Amino acid sequence: MLIDYIGVKEINGSLIVLDDVEDASFEEMVEIRLDDGSIRQGRVVQIDGKRVVIQVFEGTRGISLNNTRTRLKGHPMELALSPEILGRVFDGSGRPIDGLGDIYPVRRADINGSPINPVSRIYPRNYINTGISSIDTLMTLIRGQKLPIFSGSGMKHNELAVQIARQARISDDGGDNFCIVFAAMGAKNDVAEYFRRSFDESGVLQRVVMFLNLSNDPIIERILTPRCALTAAEYLAFELNMHVLVIMTDMTSYAEALREFSSSKGEIPGRKGYPGYLYSDLAALYERAGMIEGHTGSVTQIPILTMPNDDVTHPVPDLTGYITEGQIVLDRTMDNSGIYPPVSVLPSLSRLMKDGIGKGFTREDHADLSNQLFAAYAQVMDARSLASVIGEEELSPVDKQYMEFGRLFEQKFISQGFTENRTIQESLDLGWELLTALPREQLDRVDDATLDAYYEPAKKRVASKTVQNSTAGEEKEG
Amino acid sequence: METNEKKIENVIYGINGPVVTVRNSRSFSMAEMVHVGKEKLVGEVIGITDKLTTIQVYEETTGLFPGEPVEGTGSPMSVTLGPGILDNIFDGIERPLKEIEEESGAFIARGSSVSSLNTKKLWEVTLLVKEGDFLKGGDIYAQCPETPVITHKCMVPPGLEGTVVKVYPNGSYHVNDTIVELKDKKGKIHNLSLCQKWPIRTPRPVAQRLQTTVPLITGQRVIDTLLPIAKGGTAAIPGGFGTGKTMTQHQLAKWCDANIIIYVGCGERGNEMSQVLSEFSELIDPKSGRPMTDRTVLIANTSNMPVAAREASIYTGITLAEYYRDMGYHVAIMADSTSRWAEALREISGRLEEMPAEEGFPAYLPSRLSEFYERAGMTDNLNGTNGSVTIIGAVSPQGSDFSEPVTQNTKRFTRCFWALDKSLAYARHYPAINWTQSYSEYFTDLDAWYKEHVGEDFVRYRYSINGILQEESQLMEIVKLIGADVLPDDQKLVIETARVIRVGFLQQNAFHAEDTFVPLEKQKQMMRMILLLHKQARRLISAGVPISSIVATGLFDKLVKMKYDIPNNKPEMFDEYAQEIEDTLSHIVTN
Repeated sequence: MLIDYIGVKEINGSLIVLDDVEDASFEEMVEIRLDDGSIRQGRVVQIDGKRVVIQVFEGTRGISLNNTRTRLKGHPMELALSPEILGRVFDGSGRPIDGLGDIYPVRRADINGSPINPVSRIYPRNYINTGISSIDTLMTLIRGQKLPIFSGSGMKHNELAVQIARQARISDDGGDNFCIVFAAMGAKNDVAEYFRRSFDESGVLQRVVMFLNLSNDPIIERILTPRCALTAAEYLAFELNMHVLVIMTDMTSYAEALREFSSSKGEIPGRKGYPGYLYSDLAALYERAGMIEGHTGSVTQIPILTMPNDDVTHPVPDLTGYITEGQIVLDRTMDNSGIYPPVSVLPSLSRLMKDGIGKGFTREDHADLSNQLFAAYAQVMDARSLASVIGEEELSPVDKQYMEFGRLFEQKFISQGFTENRTIQESLDLGWELLTALPREQLDRVDDATLDAYYEPAKKRVASKTVQNSTAGEEKEG
Repeated sequence: METNEKKIENVIYGINGPVVTVRNSRSFSMAEMVHVGKEKLVGEVIGITDKLTTIQVYEETTGLFPGEPVEGTGSPMSVTLGPGILDNIFDGIERPLKEIEEESGAFIARGSSVSSLNTKKLWEVTLLVKEGDFLKGGDIYAQCPETPVITHKCMVPPGLEGTVVKVYPNGSYHVNDTIVELKDKKGKIHNLSLCQKWPIRTPRPVAQRLQTTVPLITGQRVIDTLLPIAKGGTAAIPGGFGTGKTMTQHQLAKWCDANIIIYVGCGERGNEMSQVLSEFSELIDPKSGRPMTDRTVLIANTSNMPVAAREASIYTGITLAEYYRDMGYHVAIMADSTSRWAEALREISGRLEEMPAEEGFPAYLPSRLSEFYERAGMTDNLNGTNGSVTIIGAVSPQGSDFSEPVTQNTKRFTRCFWALDKSLAYARHYPAINWTQSYSEYFTDLDAWYKEHVGEDFVRYRYSINGILQEESQLMEIVKLIGADVLPDDQKLVIETARVIRVGFLQQNAFHAEDTFVPLEKQKQMMRMILLLHKQARRLISAGVPISSIVATGLFDKLVKMKYDIPNNKPEMFDEYAQEIEDTLSHIVTN
């Protein structure tokens, strides 16, 4: 029984209201045909008896009270799925825009998904080697994790995401079972193009599914984009058993779209005008990462968000941090002083790393080393703030050693090239070598056996390197 | 008449997120549990006017049609209490997640109608009453081993009393089988089975509340010595993301000396719950030699599960806790996180278009919080046993700002405040409990217990340790401005000793086999060593010995590592340490 409802009762922002509607179900899809023949999509967002509120994805521009015919589709928003989606480009609501025609669906799935039963989850344990020292050593990415990048406008989060996507290797896997789902929400055209080009250059474009809602695309569609992307990711991971890395940028634009939608619905705003359900809404996206019993695939998420005014207490980064399993925070001062990737080590964290590193995964000394590096770098910050008051000259000898360690740590450890791919062994050894800038008794997070096994050899390595360097220098001079 | 009434079917009128309305109905009562729609989604009545009944639905409402039926159950939102609760994992309204998985696979489908407790399992029941006995509410009429470490006691539901008219023989019974028949004053026969129902929002009655004078031993040094919590007490753990709220909760759940642990994952991460599941089943309880799960209940309503069930999960948890308290057990309930619960309140309040108070939270937030925390306590139960419920609630302040409404209101109703600190967490100092911002109102209440069970010196030491830390925090104000070098030697000593306390004592490594749990005796000895060194060093300094030569002995660094170097079961090693301190320092003097 297909009924066309002619005209609308009310238009408000992106919402239209229909009256006397029979049989509308909650969150059902609708199709709105305008007199000029164009078709728009919408979704039922509120029902009061026969009065139905519909959210129009493409916006309400051009809609008048009597130039539309609205038809209920009888099902919630669904995405067509098949193995063919790999290598394809879709718009924010899942329609192909690469000119290669429609997807012939193996099946269709509700884009809202269903919550994963906590009992069915496998606790993620296998680390992903990104080849970036700071991440691998200090905030290890684990398969099935959601680890956002907290950045700000103008910082190098896109480069970092591309480098991670390009270099990410799963320790026990040949790599042919790996794919990327990329969702752009309100991203600039240049950014989307940058990602596309980078995937192309590294030869993975055939393993990428892209969902693009660019900054000039309809805002309401933006609410659907991550849901489509994650539905595709779940299909690839849990039905085709692939390891999926989902990159979502920019979550702040997504949250703003949600705010706009909420305010046009007349809802009571929470903090900074964002709806009270922002936490639950973000959680419904982020919690779609993970691994489940009986399937070998995994969904790993790297959401990128730009903190307005670099403020980490803004609701979007704040709530994200409470849901995700850690965060990689980028720092503007480091970015300005030319350090790439500008990872701000102290506030960054990976909650799942403790069970995915160490003996059998990376190396036995990994946990001790990363604890010690964190502790030492925190000390560096104290020394620096003291130095800014009394001057570096006045510092105690130990504090001066910390200052030196801090410089080396930032220049040699955090900083690395865009194409530089370091193995975990290299990164760990490098960490120990840097710690030799500090006297042994300052290393209070590590027990003596580990120090004997790693600190002392590192000290010898550093010593021999300095000798080589100085002899090399002398030879040149000579 | 009755048949007439049944014909008036209640149907859905409006739908907005988890809130559903029914028009022109007079048959519902406030807080009644209802089934919504053809799929029988579970819901609860939260508002009634003469025209409109408002219902919050505990499941996704996508795909519901107006006109679908809404059926009342006639009773308020209740949970089933009986054997089979332990070693189980439930969602926010006590549906077993393992059975849901068997029914609908890895993704949770809607309208699951599995029963809370396994109805097919047989329990080995021993009857404890005989015909003619008079039983009142709370009295124990039967018991059965629920897990190898916990005996389950079947109690007469509070409010019911009467004479036993029939007792079934000892043997194997299902959870719903009648084992005792009770005749009340009016002559009505009540069939008592192994289980009973109890509304989650009503506290279970007790005979009387007692003073809280026994500590909950956690094996975490910073808590047991500086910020102790009593059995039957309340504590809040506020902290921004990444400060280790969940880790601290896990440590407490693993090591505290409660008989039963109820862990409520309220609006938190799914992977965390699966971590708790796998860790707790691997972890062997040193006291019983059995897995932790034998005395644990998990309630998992992760952040992506329906928000209304998240609101209920806290009440479900506390009701289960009270039930085991009534059997005479000491129960600890960890709620992670109460902020998510408050946000669920806010979300539903917003859907109801209620007038918001601070930050969009409803005006009744403080009263709801106090109602919850007041359900903790050490009590004499109706049946004469003695038990306790300890509540430890994590708080996730928005923007890490402790002045936001949930943190502030929680602070009013809890007696321990364990503030987690970002800068400690950044330096990977865990547990990142800030000793200057935090407080425990039980600190002096528990002195008597500590004096009697650990020794009078324990109490003395901890006041001294506290004193040194306070002194250090004042000195640090100066050090931040001008550096430590200008301080006189006796003040440098305070800073050095405080470093040993911070790094060697307060900081505790949850992943180290010895350090993850430390008995009170070792805690006392560690304090003794630190204070001994401090005292001796101060004597030397006042005699003119420079602090650098005392530090050069390496004694301070030795004490920093004593937490690893001295095993928990070898307290006698501390005497060797004491001897070494005395010897080394006297050597300096002779020089």
